[in-house]
Parts: sequence; C-alpha cells; structure tokens
Amino acid sequence: MKPRTKRSLMVLGGLASLGLASALVLDAFRSNLVFYFSPSEVAASAVPSGQRFRLGGVVEEGSLRREGQTLRVSFGVTDGARTVPVHYEGLLPDMFREGKGVVAQGVMDTGGVFVADQVLAKHDENYMPPEAAQALEDARLVANTEVSTAWTGGGGGTP
Amino acid sequence: MIPEIGHFALTLALLLACVQVVLPLWGAARDRTAWMALGRPAAAGQALFVLVAFACLMWSFYANDFSVRYVVQHSNTALPWAYRLAAVWGGHEGSILLWLLILSGWTLAVALFSRHLEFGMLARILGIMGLISIGFLLFILFTSNPFDRLFPAALNGDDLNPQLQDPGLILHPPLLYMGYVGMAVPFGFAMAALLAGKLDAAWARWTRPWATVSWCFLTLGIALGSAWAYYELGWGGWWFWDPVENASLMPWLVGAALLHSLAVTEKRGTFKMWTVLLAIIAFSLSLLGTFLVRSGVLTSVHAFATDPKRGVFILLFLGIVVGGSLLLFALRAAQVGLGGRFATVSRESMLLGNNVLLMVAASAVLLGTLYPLLIDALGMGKLSVGPPYFNAVFVPLMAPALFLMGIGPIARWQRADAGGLARRLRWALAVSLAAALATPWLAGGWSAWTSFGYFLAFWIFASVAVNLGGRLAARPWREWWRVLRVQPGSYYGMLVAHVGMGVLVVGVTTVGSYEIERDVIMRPSETASAAGYVFRLDTISQRPGSNYIADRAVISVFRNEQRIAILTPERRIYTAAQSANPMTEASIDTGLTRDLYVALGDALEGGAWIVRIYVKPFVSWIWGGGILMALGGGLAVLDRRYRRRVAQADGCVAPVAAPPPPSYPDTGAAVPKRVETTA
Repeated sequence: MKPRTKRSLMVLGGLASLGLASALVLDAFRSNLVFYFSPSEVAASAVPSGQRFRLGGVVEEGSLRREGQTLRVSFGVTDGARTVPVHYEGLLPDMFREGKGVVAQGVMDTGGVFVADQVLAKHDENYMPPEAAQALEDARLVANTEVSTAWTGGGGGTP
Repeated sequence: MIPEIGHFALTLALLLACVQVVLPLWGAARDRTAWMALGRPAAAGQALFVLVAFACLMWSFYANDFSVRYVVQHSNTALPWAYRLAAVWGGHEGSILLWLLILSGWTLAVALFSRHLEFGMLARILGIMGLISIGFLLFILFTSNPFDRLFPAALNGDDLNPQLQDPGLILHPPLLYMGYVGMAVPFGFAMAALLAGKLDAAWARWTRPWATVSWCFLTLGIALGSAWAYYELGWGGWWFWDPVENASLMPWLVGAALLHSLAVTEKRGTFKMWTVLLAIIAFSLSLLGTFLVRSGVLTSVHAFATDPKRGVFILLFLGIVVGGSLLLFALRAAQVGLGGRFATVSRESMLLGNNVLLMVAASAVLLGTLYPLLIDALGMGKLSVGPPYFNAVFVPLMAPALFLMGIGPIARWQRADAGGLARRLRWALAVSLAAALATPWLAGGWSAWTSFGYFLAFWIFASVAVNLGGRLAARPWREWWRVLRVQPGSYYGMLVAHVGMGVLVVGVTTVGSYEIERDVIMRPSETASAAGYVFRLDTISQRPGSNYIADRAVISVFRNEQRIAILTPERRIYTAAQSANPMTEASIDTGLTRDLYVALGDALEGGAWIVRIYVKPFVSWIWGGGILMALGGGLAVLDRRYRRRVAQADGCVAPVAAPPPPSYPDTGAAVPKRVETTA
C-alpha cells in the first residue's frame, strides 16, 4: 500500500469511528431526556401520555397515606393551583415531609395517578429543588395576574 | 480580632500574588534574572499568608466565634471539635478558601522542588499559577469573604448539615481539591511552554510527576466520595451520575488522557500540541467543576451558593482562563511542533486511540451534564439526563479503551508487529475468554453483559501477566529476582494502575449483575432472607448520641444457621437543627467478596419498621480498584529517575539550565533495544 493510500484510509477510519461514536452518543442522549412538568401543566394535559417525566412541587399537607402495613404510599404533589395524586412503593427519602419540596419521577397511569419509581426530596431545611420552586412560581403568576399570557409555560416542550 | 487578621492576611496574599505574576513574567520576557528570581519568595510569602488566613478561620470555628457569619451558618457548640474544624470547608466560602490554600501549597511545592527546571521556565510557571491565585483571591475578597462579621453576634450556630457530619467530610474535600487544583500545575507548565515557544523531552519529564500526583489525589477523592455516598445516603448506590460527580469525573478522564499523552511526549517527542491542549482542558474542566458545584446552578448536596454574583464571577474567570489559554495555544502551538512519526500499529497509535476514547467519553459526560443547564438558561424548559444515557454511552466507549489497555503496553514504540502482538497475546485472549464465559455461569446467572465485563477485566489481568512474563522469559529463572528489581517504578506503577482498573471492572460487573435489594417490613424477632443470608431484627431502641438521638436497630445476620454479623442501622435526629428531619445511618458488614448493607426506614404502627436490605457482592472492589490506581500513580512518581535528578540538583547552587538527561533504564520501551525483543 502506498503511504498516501494508507493515510487516507486512516483518516477515513478515524472519521468513521468518530461519526459512529457521535451517532451513538446522540441517539442515547435523545432517548434519555426526562422533562419536568408542574402539576398545573399535568392538569392542562401538556404531558404526552405514556412518557416518563419528573413532577415537581410541594407535598400537599395532610395528603400522605400509607396503605396498611406495606411499603405502598400515596401523597399529593401541588403547586398551589393544582394537585396531582402520586403513588409510590418503597422507602421515602429522609427529607421527605408534607409541605416541603419534592421531585418525583415516573409515568401517569390512565386513572390520572402519577406512578413514581423515584422520589427525591430537598437536601436541607432551606433548600427547595429549583424545579419545585419554579412550579410554585409559575402557579403563583397564573393565579395573581389572571392573564394566562404572562405565563410562559417554562417546563413544557418535547425533545 | 482573629477574623480581622485572617482578612488582612488575605489582602497581603493578594498583593504578593500580584508580585508573583508581574515581575517573573516580565522578567522572563526581558530576560532579567533578578525579576524572575522574585517568583519563588513571592510564592512562599503568598502561601504563608493564605495559611495564616486559613488558620484564623479554623480558630474561629474551634473557638465557636459566633460573631462570624460563616461560623454561625455552619457550626454549633454541640458539634464535636473534629467536625467543627472540618466544617471550615462545609460551606461555600470556606471551601473556596481551602481551594486557594491548596493552590498556594501546590505553587510552593513547584517553587521548592523544581530547581532543576530552566530558570525562565520556572518563573513563567509561578507567574501563571499566581494569576490563578489572584482570580481566586479576588473572588474570596469581593464575593465570598468567610470573615464577614455578624452584628449582633448569634448565641449559637445553625449547625452543620447532618449529612456532612461524617469522617468523609474530613478527607473527601481536601483529597478532591488536591486533585482539582493540582491540575493547575500541568496547566502552568503548558502555558509556560507556550510562552517560551519551547517544549522538549525535559519539559514532559518534569510535567509528568505533577500531573500524576494530582491525578492520584483526584482518583482517591472520587473513590472516597463514592464510598461516602454509598454508606451515607442509604440507597446503597456507589455512583449516581449526579452532575457533581460528573464534574469530578471529567477532569479525571482528561487527566488520564494527559498522563498517557505525556508519556508519549517524553519518550518519543510526539503528541506535543495534543499534550498541551489536554493540560489546558484538564484544568479548564477542574474550574468548570468548581463553577458547576459552587455557583448554585445545580440541584445537589454540594451546591452551597445561591448568590448570582458568585456564579457570574466564576463564569467570567472561567471564560478568561479558557479563552486566554486557548488563544495562546492558537498563537504559539505551531512553534511547539508536532514531533516524530509513527506507524499505524505502534504503541503511539494505541495511546492515541486511548486518548481519543477518553476524550470522547469526557465530552459525552460534558454534554449530558451541561445540556439541561443550557436548556434551562435559554428558558426552554427543565429536563434532566438520566443515568441510562451515561451508561449507554460510557460502556461502549470504555470497552475498547480497556481492550487497548491490554495491547498498548506490549506494543513497541514507533512500529509494532501486529502478527507478533497477536502471537504474544493469543493465550491471554483464550484464557480470559474462557474464564469470562465460565465465571457468570459459576456465579449463578449467565448474561452476555456480565460475561463481557468479566472478559475485559480478565483480559487486563492476563495481559499484565504476559507483559511481566515477557520480561522474565528471556532470562533463566535464577536471574528473575534481579530482573524484577531493575525494572523501574514507573513500569510497576503502570501495571498496578492497570490491574486497579481491572479490579474496578470486576467490582462494577459483579455488583451490577448480582446485587440483591429488598425492602421489608419487620417487627422485633422477625426475619427476612436475601441471597442465602437470614436477617433477624433483634431489638430496636432509642439511644442518645453526642449531638443527636437515634432509633437504633440490632439485626443479626445468619448464614447456614450461624451468626456471622451483627448490624446496627440507626435513624438519627440531630438536636441542633431547627427541624426534626431524621437521618438514615446505614450499617454495613464489609467483606472482600460481599457487603451486607442494612438501612432503617420509617416506623409503622404496631412497632413495625421498614428495613432495606442489600447484599452487594464484590462492591468493595470498586474502591479497591481506585486505591490501586492511585497506588500505581504513586509508584510511577517514586521512580528513581526523579529522585536521582533531584539529588543531583540539590548540589547545584545556581540552576541555569537542566543537565542533559542521564541514561538510566526506563520503562524499557523507550528504544527498541531493550527486553522488548522477546516477541
């Protein structure tokens, strides 16, 4: 093989593997984005059905129920305007409290219940997950101004 | 009074840092020895004053000086004294001060241990490191002064975040910062080489130990952070692909690429521009990590600051450092030169492959970490990139890198013989394939992924054996001990670090494939079983601790009717915190081949408790692998060629230029004339 042919082959091979790597990365990336939605957006049917997403808000006061002596719990996540019922089976994080910020990840079932497989709570007393804070802020804006155009819907969208 | 001394010391350190930047850099440009000579004392003075400031802050914490705002926010009289001292870096201001202290420590180390460097080069390195110091000093003095007073003084402090009250806090941040900040040294070397327009084998030789040491600290810091998350968070996970973890993983990956690229630059004089670029990227990613973690843009335990001024400052500083260094690179890289040529099959090409893979992996992690922030900043919504993305990308990128890890060290520099390589490695390949197919079957559950993971690990072990065997095979066995003794430290360092990677892969594969997790509801004297172990809840009672009250369970673990461990998970309520948030304190029986992990959940009515039980086979191998990698780096740095040169240099009074490189044996691969010929 001539040196020049060899060099071209090397360059081609390099480009091909780089292209392959990029394709791999971008494909994995696209299929693993998880979006945040607030309870108001869920109520407004902004969420495509069957899609996994993160629900951010505050655990509604007095909503935490445990199903007998099992690991199954249910609670409401609210942004002040709307509330979404959530079902979860497993250990709740240490910082999980009624009236405090929470982020749950999962899917909506057909009955309008959010089935979570992961529940994240804030990390300390003064800390509110930004997603939950944003949800509260959005809901407050809607309630106060009554001009729905003031709300930009920060959190929706599809990939 | 003490806090004011600390504040004043920081101001003096800033002035000295300015001297350390301006005069040596100017002197190096004008070739004035006296000005260049100022770099060293200025660096020493700066380090001294930063140390004074740090000591003042430590004293304020120790003495419970609640007139200092930062102390009030992060300490409490009930906190044990060791945690009070560690609380210095339990918040934003103090951790930036720790960063600065470590930076000035590294600068001082460069000033002390680089007498063999050319005078102008040392002056430039100190000047560049001084510039970074100035950035951080300004950041502390203008946006995050830890010595700010509170008036009127508080009666008691708000307490340290209970999750941080752990021995991990004492070690994890300093180790990690040693690694992060240590990347500033190769960065300084790279900048100095660009400024001088000169990059030779001596440069690479003296950059290598600094890059290696900081990479080792980074490795240990990450491993410790992972272990801490494992036992503290109570979820039993060892890696979460949390943005903060990613922030430390990216410089680690690039640092690993830098180590390998530096080896080529030293041995073969190739990859010069690439090495310089890697040094720039590694440090930039360290700074980016600081920005991500400390600016409050992330949702994380590590995110302290919420003041937007700080975020803007770090972002600006990041822009100046990255932009300035890349500009200098663009202007000067051509002068540095490309270096020698090499064939398609050679050790160079394999190291290039390793470098490209590591860089692509780092970029993929960067994409997944920054994309959600970018989308949020553009107001296009909030989203997160989950662990499945990182796993899907990381595994296929690291697998070929691990495969190359087996071949590269055996291949010859410049031109290797593909057939000869295949012949040398065929048994290693056959043995590791057979063992990889058999192991999961013996372990009780065969899957292709598990087998593949084991194959990569066994392949690394087998190729290390082939490598070592190749050095011995040429000699009669009576001389083996002597042959082993003359091999340099860097050779053993490489082998140990590679074995460490294999150990890590074994741990990751085994835990990923065979761990058992059970959430159960237990009353006293009830049992639950997992993976052949029977867990019995004996008692559960309240017990006071130093600054908390705990519900403490006693759980006996039986195997084959025999009690093998007693675990005592706790659920603590820290009394000083305003709220009554409980903290889970998991109890773990650690073993070489398995961890038994129990965490206590909520109490239910009727004396029942939720208990989470894990059986995690080989999980400790993950951290063991990290320790081996760091150990390997340590062996490489202790290589006798560095010590010999230092000993020589100590005799020199005025080191004007580096003496010509002496010719002692190195990794045996530098020139094809050594033992390598066994193929």
